[in-house]
Amino acid sequence: MAQTRYRSLKDLLGEEYVVPGTPLCSGCGALLTFRLFHKALGKKVVWVNAAGCITLMIVYPFSPLKSSWMYTAMGCAPAGAQGIRDALDILIEKGEVDPEEDLKVVVVTGDGAANDIGLQSASGAIHRRLDFYYLCYDNEAFGNTGFQFSPSTPYGSKTMTSLPTPLIPEGHKGRKKDLFEIWRAHNPPYLATVSPSHPMDMMRKIEKAERFKGPKLFISISPCPPGWGYDTMKTIRMARLAVETGVWPLKEAVHGEVRHTFIPRSLKPLEEYLKEQERFKHLFYPLRREDIIGRMQREVEEYWRKVYSTEVLEEKKD
Amino acid sequence: MMRSKLIAELRPRREVVSTITKSKMLTGNVTAAWAARLAEVDYIPAFPITPQTEIIEKLSEWIALGEFKAKLTIVDSEHSMLAAAGTASLTGARVFTATSSQGLLYGFEMLYNIAGWRAPIVLVNVSRAVAAPISLEPDHNDFLSTRDSGFILLQAETCQEVLDLILLAYRVSEDNRVLLPSLVNMDGFHTSFTREPVKIPEIEEVRRFLPKYTQQLPFRASKPSAKGVAVLRPPLYSFYKYQMHLSSINAINVFKEACEKFEECFARRYDVIEKYMLDDSKYAIVMMGSYASIGKKAVRILREEGVSVGLLKLRMIRPLPSKDIRKALEGKKAVAVIDQNISPGLGGILYSDISSILYNSDNKPKVILPVIGGVGGKTITLDEIRYVVELLEKYANGGEPEPILLLREDELREVESLLRIGVGE
Ligand code: SF4
Repeated sequence: MAQTRYRSLKDLLGEEYVVPGTPLCSGCGALLTFRLFHKALGKKVVWVNAAGCITLMIVYPFSPLKSSWMYTAMGCAPAGAQGIRDALDILIEKGEVDPEEDLKVVVVTGDGAANDIGLQSASGAIHRRLDFYYLCYDNEAFGNTGFQFSPSTPYGSKTMTSLPTPLIPEGHKGRKKDLFEIWRAHNPPYLATVSPSHPMDMMRKIEKAERFKGPKLFISISPCPPGWGYDTMKTIRMARLAVETGVWPLKEAVHGEVRHTFIPRSLKPLEEYLKEQERFKHLFYPLRREDIIGRMQREVEEYWRKVYSTEVLEEKKD
Repeated sequence: MMRSKLIAELRPRREVVSTITKSKMLTGNVTAAWAARLAEVDYIPAFPITPQTEIIEKLSEWIALGEFKAKLTIVDSEHSMLAAAGTASLTGARVFTATSSQGLLYGFEMLYNIAGWRAPIVLVNVSRAVAAPISLEPDHNDFLSTRDSGFILLQAETCQEVLDLILLAYRVSEDNRVLLPSLVNMDGFHTSFTREPVKIPEIEEVRRFLPKYTQQLPFRASKPSAKGVAVLRPPLYSFYKYQMHLSSINAINVFKEACEKFEECFARRYDVIEKYMLDDSKYAIVMMGSYASIGKKAVRILREEGVSVGLLKLRMIRPLPSKDIRKALEGKKAVAVIDQNISPGLGGILYSDISSILYNSDNKPKVILPVIGGVGGKTITLDEIRYVVELLEKYANGGEPEPILLLREDELREVESLLRIGVGE
C-alpha cells in the first residue's frame, strides 16, 4: 500500500459523482458504499444494474449520476456488462471508437441478484475473465420488495417471509450463503469485502483492484434502516458493529490468496450488534433466547479461530 | 450432450460450389452465417442449441481463421446472450445472434427488453417445436411466441431468402423511423440443414445496400447516458409502447423501400407478402416458411386439375401488413389458414390475425377455415392440401368450421402402434 492515493479521510473529499437527492431511503447503507465506490472509480464509468433497491435511484427523467447507467433485468447484469465491454473492445480495435471514450464497466446489484437469480450470469462472466467490477451491496434480504429473506439473510433474522413464531422462534432458519467463497472458487484476480464504516479500507481496495485486468469483485455490508429496523442516523454504527463483532470480516483475495485487512484484537460480543436491530428483537424479547444467540456467537468465533490460527495480526484497528 | 451430438451428425462437411448457377450450395444455417459476415457485424454473443448451432460454429471458424473480423463470445445461456446482444447494440456495435426453441423461450424476458431499448439487433431463430414433449423438429410456436415483444418478425422459405431477409432486416431495423430489433425465422432441418443454391453477393455490393450502423447515443466517456431506466408514470409507459407500435407500423413501408433498393442492388424482388397464383383464384390458402414450398406445389397441381386455388405466403408477421393481406384475400370465396403452430384452446395463431384483418372488409371471404398442420415437424402432403381445398369448396357458401387438425391415417396408425409399445402391450 506504499503508493496509495488515500492517506487520510481528507483524501476522500473531491468531486462527487452522485448528487444529493436520490429516491433511496434516508440512511441507506448501499448508497453510502455506492457513492464512495464511484469516487474511487472516477467519472468514466458505466454502471450495469439488476433489479434491486438501487434500480430506483434512476426514475425517468431524473438521474443523480454524472456517469452512465444501464438497467438490464434481475438475472443478467453481468451479461449486460459483457455486451458493453465486448462492444467497446471490438469498436476500439476496429478504430471506430477513440480509446479516450472507453469506460470502466461496473455491475451493481443487491445480494438477492448476486446470490441467486443472477449467479449463473455472474459465474459465466467471472469464468470468462470479463474485465469488469462487480459491487454487491448486501443488505441481507430482498429489500426493494419489502424485506423478504434472500440467500444472504443470516440465521436468526426476522424477515417478512421468516417471521419468528412460537413454532419457529429463530425466524430465519437458513444460513447465509458464502458469496465470497463462491466467487473465490472462480479464481478472480481480485475479490474483497468492504464496509461503509471503513472508507479508507474500501478506497484502498478499489485502488488496488484497478491494477488487475479481469473480474474485480466486491461485497459490501449495507445496513438498511427500514429492513433492519434501526434509526437512520445509525447506519455507520451498524456497519462498524458488524465489523467489530466479527460478523462482517473485512478481507481480500488476490488471485485466490485470502488476507484479512482488519483483524480485531478481541471481538465485541455479537449481542451489541444484534440488540440494536428490530430484525433480531425476537431473540431478546419477550424471552432472551440464549440458545439462538449463543449459536450465532459460536459461529462467529469459529470463523475467527481459523483466521487467528492462519494469519498473523497485520493491521491495527483504525 | 444430445444437442451437440446431433449437430455433429447432421452437419455437412464442405461447401460445394455449383458450376451451373455460380451459386454456392449452402445450408440455411451456413447461409445465415454468411449474411452476418456480409453485414459486417461487430459482435456475436452466442449459446449452442440444435438446430441453430452450425451458424455460430461457422462464424467462430471464420473469426478464428482471421477471415472475418468480429467478436464472438460464448455466454452462459440465451438469457445472457440476449442481454449482451442488447447492451452491445446500445454501445454502437452491429449485433447478430441466433437461437432456437427452448433457447428463445429461455431468453424471452430479454426480447421485450431489447425491443424496449430500441436496440436494432438481428436475431435468427431456427424453429424447433417447444417442449414438452421435447422435440427437434420444426414448428412455429417458438417464433410466434415473440409476436408481442416488439421485434420485427420475418419468415424465410428458402436458403436464399434467409440471406436476403437478414440483410433486409438490418436495413429496416437500423432505420431511424423503425429502430426495433428483427427476428428472422427459418424452419429447423427443412431449411437449416437443407442445402440449396445460394447467391452470395460481394461485400462491396452489400455495403452499397446496407449503410453503417450508428447508435445515436452510445455509451461513451464524454457523453454519459442512462438507458433501460424505470418509468413509473403510467401515461409515460403507454407513450413509449405506442411509440414502439407506430415505429413497428413504419417498418412496413421501410421494408418496401428497402426491397426496392435490394432489387436494384441484387436483382431479386421481395415484398411483405408473396402471392402465388393468387390474383385470379377463387380459393386461397395461407402458409409460411418452408412448408409454403409444398403448398405452392400443391397449388400448381390443383390448378392443372382445374381447381381455382392460389397461395398467400406470409413473409412479414410483425408488423402485420394488414392492407397487403386484405387486398390479397378480399373477394376470395373461401380462405384456409394453415397454421404450423397450435395455441391450445384457441387453434392457430395466424388464423386469428388473418380473420381480424378481413373482418371489417365489405368483400370478405364467406369462410376462413382454420387448419393446423406441421406441428412438431409433421409433414404436410399434397393429399392433405387437396383435402383442405375440398373443405374450402364445401364451406364456400358458409358454415362454421371447427379447427381442422391434420393427421393422416398412416400417421395415426404409426402413433397408435407407438402408443401400444409405450403402454407395454
Ligand atoms: S430498503 Fe434498505 S437497501 Fe433498500 S433503499 Fe431502503 S435502506 Fe437502502
